[in-house]
Amino acid sequence: MTALWKSWERAVVPLFILVAWEIVSRSGLLPAALLPPPTVVLHAWGDWVFGFDETAQGNSGRWLADALSSAVRVAAGYGIAAVSGILLGIAIGWWRWVERTVEPTIQMLRPVPPVSWIPLAIIWFGIANKPAIFLVFLGAFFPVLMNTIHGVKTADRNLIRAASMMGATEQQLLRHVVFPAALPSIFAGLRIGIGAAWMLTVTAEMVAVKSGLGYVLWDSYYFLRYDLVLASMASIGLLGYATDGLIKLLMSAALHWQHGSTLQSREG
Amino acid sequence: MASIELKNITKIFRDAKRKRDLLAIDDVSLTVERNQFLCLLGSSGCGKSTLLNMIAGFEKPTGGSVTVGGKPVDGPGADRGMVFQQANLMPWLPVWENVAFHLRLKGWRKADRRAAAQEYIDMVGLQGFENHYPAELSGGMSQRVGIARALLLNPQVILMDEPFAALDAQTKMDMQEELVAIWQKQRCTIVFVTHSVDEALVLGTQVAVLTSRPGRVRELIDLDLPRPRDITGQQFNDHKRHILNLIREEGMQQRREAKADPVPAGRQGAAA
Repeated sequence: MTALWKSWERAVVPLFILVAWEIVSRSGLLPAALLPPPTVVLHAWGDWVFGFDETAQGNSGRWLADALSSAVRVAAGYGIAAVSGILLGIAIGWWRWVERTVEPTIQMLRPVPPVSWIPLAIIWFGIANKPAIFLVFLGAFFPVLMNTIHGVKTADRNLIRAASMMGATEQQLLRHVVFPAALPSIFAGLRIGIGAAWMLTVTAEMVAVKSGLGYVLWDSYYFLRYDLVLASMASIGLLGYATDGLIKLLMSAALHWQHGSTLQSREG
Repeated sequence: MASIELKNITKIFRDAKRKRDLLAIDDVSLTVERNQFLCLLGSSGCGKSTLLNMIAGFEKPTGGSVTVGGKPVDGPGADRGMVFQQANLMPWLPVWENVAFHLRLKGWRKADRRAAAQEYIDMVGLQGFENHYPAELSGGMSQRVGIARALLLNPQVILMDEPFAALDAQTKMDMQEELVAIWQKQRCTIVFVTHSVDEALVLGTQVAVLTSRPGRVRELIDLDLPRPRDITGQQFNDHKRHILNLIREEGMQQRREAKADPVPAGRQGAAA
């Protein structure tokens, strides 16, 4: 009984919202065109995915291609951000001279919203994948970087002493002690970064790209297809949730040594 | 040949808050012969851990020289294994990987590391816990891993910084017994820092009684008590009485000086 309840637990809130939404939009409080009920959205979404009755018109049956082109941009930008954020973060956290020379610049760039780079991104990279990847990189880079720096700086000094007692060189300290010690923080940064990555892919697609979920969202808005707007939003949410789940999976594999010793490790 | 030689060591700490220099260690000279078990005995703040850290290479003396096996110490190295007060195990590695961490640094293959670690895991009695993570171990077991890790270095000297201070009385006694057995078997030189008179007398072949602020060697006592040591025996108690008297005298002298000089002798920068 409790097991059955547990498996339904995470569906309770979404189901409640869907039911309430259906009731509100069918009640006539708002014109139906402005807030299409979930059943209508689901219908349009279904056609967008499977292409059964052309409800989604030109988008009918094209969902997988749209989702894939968004996902590729996320993967590319996020991958570059993760690798460079971790490497630079370790360098800044470990060497004081790197921190002194690089950090002020980074901290000045950080508060600049990634979205404000769009004009430059378009003139530099044109209208295609590149400006979107650049924006995704900007969005994911800083969370990864900041959390890596934090993780390196809070690494236990005594572990470094223990490793140097066993003859570790500086490079070995970084690889065998500092990096694994910083890993819990690095994963926190990676999880924040993946959210930012999706937000910025969609933003870029609304402005600078002619494909992907964000493009469909903005295009549908021009054609007053709010059911498709909502379906795009839901698709982005679902894909974001799935990628975060993927990172959580990776995290629990990499941090299995924390099993049973932290609150997080009790998560289901 | 002397294994460890400390010559005229002084250490001055800068007390940043009170803006003055603090003489923590004043002209300490000690020679530890090969296969000796030297206990540095003193109260907290006497500089005994600082001395140990100098032999380990974590700290540099302000004056004087430290040599191990004839070579001057210029940094930490695998020729001197250290067991810390907290075990300081890598929490992301299982027991056997922690024990074999040195071999990981040397680029050994996994199977070879695993095989090499087993000998030392057996030696400290941790069979069956090879794949446990540090978070799953008790304090005593963690210290055993720390000892096995130091032994695997096969070092000339093993430095121990109050490794049993956080353990309960029963576990502490077991660990002391095992340490003596390991030392007898491995034939290595051990320098062991402690604040417990009993512990020093149970373990050492020599006890250096240190005084506080500044740290000096008050007396170096050679112990020729038979092992296993009888902590209720006549000889043991004679030594204990003698050391306790030294400590008491020292305390009285400090209180007299404190009265004469109303500025309190502050705590040192590094806890000893």
